Amino acid sequence: MKVRVKFFAALHDMTGQRELNLEVRDGLTVGELQRDLCARFPRLADYSGSLMYSVNAEYVPADYPLSDGDEVAFIPPVSGGAHAH
Amino acid sequence: MLISITADPLEPQPFIGHVRRDETGAVALFLGVVRNNNLGRRVLHLEYDAYTEMAEKKLRQVAEEVAARWPITDIAIAHRTGRVEIGETSLLVVVSSPHRHEAFEACQQAVDRIKEVVPIWKKEVWEGGESWLEGEGQTAVQPQ
Repeated sequence: MKVRVKFFAALHDMTGQRELNLEVRDGLTVGELQRDLCARFPRLADYSGSLMYSVNAEYVPADYPLSDGDEVAFIPPVSGGAHAH
Repeated sequence: MLISITADPLEPQPFIGHVRRDETGAVALFLGVVRNNNLGRRVLHLEYDAYTEMAEKKLRQVAEEVAARWPITDIAIAHRTGRVEIGETSLLVVVSSPHRHEAFEACQQAVDRIKEVVPIWKKEVWEGGESWLEGEGQTAVQPQ
C-alpha cells in the first residue's frame, strides 16, 4: 500500500524533503514507519519518544495501523504562536 | 468564529470587529509578538512553519472547546506563517463576551491550548545561526 509522509520544521531540514511517497507493507503502524525511516534518515532516531504522530491531520498513537492512501506526519514538539520564555 | 492562518501581517481591528456584537460588553485581545531576544541571544526574526490543513482544524477545535466552556459571544484566532519580524504579531486571539471575566479566561485558555496542540513551529534566526524551538524554551541548535 502507499502512504504519503509529510515533514515540517526541523524534520524538513533534516530530511531535505517536504513530502515522501512510500510503498509500505499492509498494517504497518506509524511507530514502525518512523523506525523504518530511521535507516534512511538516521537523525530521525534523535526524536524517538518526543515526536507525536498524525494520520490524515488527526493525532494518533504510535500503534495506529496505516491504511492505503493515508497522509502521515511526524510532529516535532510544537512551539505555538506566542514567543514565550 | 473565525480561524485564519496567513503569511500576511495581522492587524487586530478587523478581528475585533468580527467578534463584537451589540450584546458584547467585553473584548479580550491577546497578541503574541516577536521579541528581539531569547535565552540571552539577540533574535533577528522568526520563521514559522505550519502543517496548515491540520493547524486550521486544531485551531477550530480550540475555539470550539473554549466556546463550549465559557458563555462567550464569539472568538477569532489568527496565526502567521513564514518570516515574522521583531515587533510583528505572530498569534492573535480575540474573544467577545457579555462580561469581562469569561472573555479574559477564555482568551487565556485558548492561547494555552494553541501552544499545546496546534502543529505550527517557529525557528529563531539570530546572528550566526538559527534553531527550531522545540518545547518551552528549549532549542535544537543547528549552527549555519
